[in-house]
Amino acid sequence: MSQYEPHDGPSVSWPSNSISEVPFQVYTDQAQYDREQKCLFQGPTWNYLCLEVELDKPGDFVSTTVGEIAVIAARDTAGDINAFVNRCVHRGNLLCMKRQGNVKKFTCVYHGWTYDLEGQLTGVSFEKGIQNNGGMPPEFRKDEHALRRLRVAVLGGLVFATFSDEVADLEDWLGPDVTRGLLRVMNRTPYILGRNTQILPNNWKLYIENVKDTYHASILHLFLTTFKVNKLTMPGGVYINPDGGNHYTFAKHDYTAEDTEYKDAGMRSESDLQLQDSSVVDSVDEYGDSVSVQILVVFPGMVLQQVRNTIAVRVIRPRGVDKSELEWIHLGFDTDDEAMTERRLRQGNLIGPAGYIAMEDGFVGGFVQRALHYNDDGAGIVMMGGHEADSQPFKTSEASIRGFWKHYRMLMGS
Amino acid sequence: MDEQAIRLGIQELIGEYAECIDEDRLEDWPELFTDPYKYLIISRSNHDAGMRQGVMYAATKGMMLDRVLTIRQANLFEPHGYRHVVGPTRLKSVEDDVAIVHSHFIVARIMHSGETVLFATGRYLDRIDVSTPDYRFKERIVVLDSDQIDTLLAIPL
Repeated sequence: MSQYEPHDGPSVSWPSNSISEVPFQVYTDQAQYDREQKCLFQGPTWNYLCLEVELDKPGDFVSTTVGEIAVIAARDTAGDINAFVNRCVHRGNLLCMKRQGNVKKFTCVYHGWTYDLEGQLTGVSFEKGIQNNGGMPPEFRKDEHALRRLRVAVLGGLVFATFSDEVADLEDWLGPDVTRGLLRVMNRTPYILGRNTQILPNNWKLYIENVKDTYHASILHLFLTTFKVNKLTMPGGVYINPDGGNHYTFAKHDYTAEDTEYKDAGMRSESDLQLQDSSVVDSVDEYGDSVSVQILVVFPGMVLQQVRNTIAVRVIRPRGVDKSELEWIHLGFDTDDEAMTERRLRQGNLIGPAGYIAMEDGFVGGFVQRALHYNDDGAGIVMMGGHEADSQPFKTSEASIRGFWKHYRMLMGS
Repeated sequence: MDEQAIRLGIQELIGEYAECIDEDRLEDWPELFTDPYKYLIISRSNHDAGMRQGVMYAATKGMMLDRVLTIRQANLFEPHGYRHVVGPTRLKSVEDDVAIVHSHFIVARIMHSGETVLFATGRYLDRIDVSTPDYRFKERIVVLDSDQIDTLLAIPL
């Protein structure tokens, strides 16, 4: 079923061609993990690098990673954004150790080789030797050496890059629905309110599945039902692009909806508890369309969220079969006044490592990982809402998780 | 006011704060603050860059009571507790009955399984109301040395 060449090496076998049964070894197998680095992160996907406003001026740079690979994004003197691998061509040393800054050129600390803001090699220390002794041989030409470049695209103030020459342009690859969803949230110039990173003791895919899982929120996140701030009856839906990997889900805020579904289901969330200070959920309809939650995933590992007035980019970075880094980049917009900023900060208690409706997502992947330890035979069941990965006008479904596996299997060639 | 007496009062408040959390008397924790006030856990890199988003934030007693309520009733997490060790405390100034106090801390996290790890290190940046004998925090900013938090942060630091 793959349109891409399978890579060498073993990988986990699937019980069938279905995307509604997922073998547990995909979360535990080292060869599978290695293959993901090649087929997904270095494959035909667009990966989030940074915000465009972080590269405001020529010379501004951000160093980050795409999957496990260290990458630099930089704005050059012509005003263009470039991305290249953070590895000196000389001896493979990490070229840039700072997370962010402004430079005229990149200089390797090891032997002082220098690169311009497009990643082109411009300087070799002692290239002609000392007093004509030593030095590089005459056939060595600096202009034949550059840092490995990535394709770059900017959408809604977010900078993406890909290692692939073949993958479609970003908007075509995202698909019209997901592009629209991204531009809906990123409709003003953002600025960074702050960052937080969680170290998760689990495979990166367990987190992305959790994000794509519209089924768990009202069950695992007791806060929502304890304080009746979320209703299963909220109108919403799921848009999934044809490849399956990119999607967004949304829900409108309906104050009049009854929460009879919870009562009928006899769930544990029935309570009369009240928040003492409702400012943590007091929100304004800043997009004017009644949508209070929109969760958007760009395959393989980036999330753009609007939860009420909290806007954040989340990036899940694989750091081994059973370890991931989850970075939260909390955003405000240039149009925010102090009241809006304070509103975002107070609602910030909902999300992040201590988030009232996010905390549980921090541990649940680790619980799965622990349960799979030397116990990873068999396959998980992802059949809620059927076996396909199509857009749906309801949220009690695992369709977007199946979408992830559809795209995953296509790129992994299995 | 006698500076020695102020120092003793501040030490008592800081000790009481750590005891409230580590001995799981979270319900007493909001009582150590005036209302309104500011409680914020934020990474050093965010704080130094002038960014305001932290990990946990309360601006009113109600928000703090809600944090306790959710810990007890609404959030799920693997049971664990902390042990605070609060190190050198500097009294930076006292002006208009408000003491500016900085102290260093390390916090160990003890899981229900017994696993004990170093969970957080950082500084408390405090503004303490010393106008009455019962000293109270007007502001406590918990500045974490690291950007990284292991798994999650459920209980205030």
